[in-house]
Amino acid sequence: MTALIREKEKNVAQAAYQPRIVGFLCNWCSYAGADKAGTAQIAYPANLQIIRVMCSGRVEPQFVLQAFKQGADGVLILACHPGDCHYKEGNLRAAQRHTLLLRVLEQLGIKRSRCRFDHVSAVEGEKFVRIIQEMVDELNNKKGE
Amino acid sequence: MADKPKLAMYWAASCGGCEIAVVNLHEKILDLDAAFDFFFCPCLLDTKISTIEALPDQEIAVTFFNGAIRTAENEEMARLLRRKSRLLIAFGTCATEGSIPGLANLSTREELLRTVYLDNPTIDNPEGILPLPSSEVAGGTLQLPVFYDRVLPLKQVVTVDYFIPGCPPEAHQIWNVVAAVAAGQPLPPPGSTLGAGQLSVCHECSRRKGEKKIARFYRTSEITPEPDICLLEQGLLCMGIATRDGCGAPCPQANMPCSGCYGPPAGVADQGAAMIAALGSILDPGDCRGKSEAEIAGQLAALLDTIPDYAGTFYKYSLAGSILGGRVKS
Repeated sequence: MTALIREKEKNVAQAAYQPRIVGFLCNWCSYAGADKAGTAQIAYPANLQIIRVMCSGRVEPQFVLQAFKQGADGVLILACHPGDCHYKEGNLRAAQRHTLLLRVLEQLGIKRSRCRFDHVSAVEGEKFVRIIQEMVDELNNKKGE
Repeated sequence: MADKPKLAMYWAASCGGCEIAVVNLHEKILDLDAAFDFFFCPCLLDTKISTIEALPDQEIAVTFFNGAIRTAENEEMARLLRRKSRLLIAFGTCATEGSIPGLANLSTREELLRTVYLDNPTIDNPEGILPLPSSEVAGGTLQLPVFYDRVLPLKQVVTVDYFIPGCPPEAHQIWNVVAAVAAGQPLPPPGSTLGAGQLSVCHECSRRKGEKKIARFYRTSEITPEPDICLLEQGLLCMGIATRDGCGAPCPQANMPCSGCYGPPAGVADQGAAMIAALGSILDPGDCRGKSEAEIAGQLAALLDTIPDYAGTFYKYSLAGSILGGRVKS
């Protein structure tokens, strides 16, 4: 009986687990892309907490570490496509920082899948939704491992 | 003699370099002795802990506490000295940020003990004996301080009044602090950093700085750097850009890249993150025109592969005090 209850509690706990993702979205492309998904009324998982930043280049690695420290399961950085940056190359710098940050995060015990960088333009509402869905699925799978 | 304010210095998880730095005051150590009753320092003097315990609370004017908190004994001494001292100063980067002992936070306690007592090729320990807080032997029970899961900077254990960074702190900076305290000069608000600047080592480094683009990293043994140009621009991984000034930049001026021993500059919570931010902006993966995203990523990866140890380089002195504090359980 006790084992049965425990099993049930475990199932409930697993069902209740929802990965929390902190998303840093660039004001000019990706945030507009998220807005596009909203105006098009495309449903997407409610796991993402969006923080709007003026440029993906503004996302200091400190912000990412702070998010993980405060319990984020994933951190998502969305930038303009190469060549589209409002500040010319902020997105390129963000991409390079992210690559370097991933290597440090691995040494600090945080898997690559928990920190994702991608490009979303102002018209890519569907891509925005797809990225979130992929990340939520991946984090759910990882948690089950 | 009895009227002089008491000065104490204690080492927790440290190497003794901070005591050497105090001795490096040279003849000024006589001035220090004239101003203070330098009565407790296990590295140099034979005062017993019972002497400290017997003192009234707040009897010690200043305690320089060097070393990180690794064991229960370190913490016990930190609490004792906090109680007995009017000013408790975290002295040196082990106490302020965890420094080299803090790199142990990249491994678990079990991994550390296994490596040191079981797995090292030179270890002969057929019974697999590990240190325990308490062991029964023929003559009774032996006690050892508990070895903590993580190395902690001093401020995570007790309230710290001031911080003097450096591995070790430069003698002239130590003297500045000692002289200011001895003269009764007003000190900055509690929690401030003393004996160091607010900016980065670049501020004090006399090398010429220009547009930075790094196409390749070199180890110090691989090149002889140009004498006047920024070391980072020459591909040497100089941490000066993410490190607090105050040392006078002796390393870059001797052709050695800064390794980051003064910890993060004022206003920076995480030295490694600051270095990633700075470095990420100046990496030059080469010509990317007409190449696919995968090819560009490959070029960048090849460039980063030449850095031997990311966390060990960017957090060499500040891992324990960083935002994550070390490796986290995934």
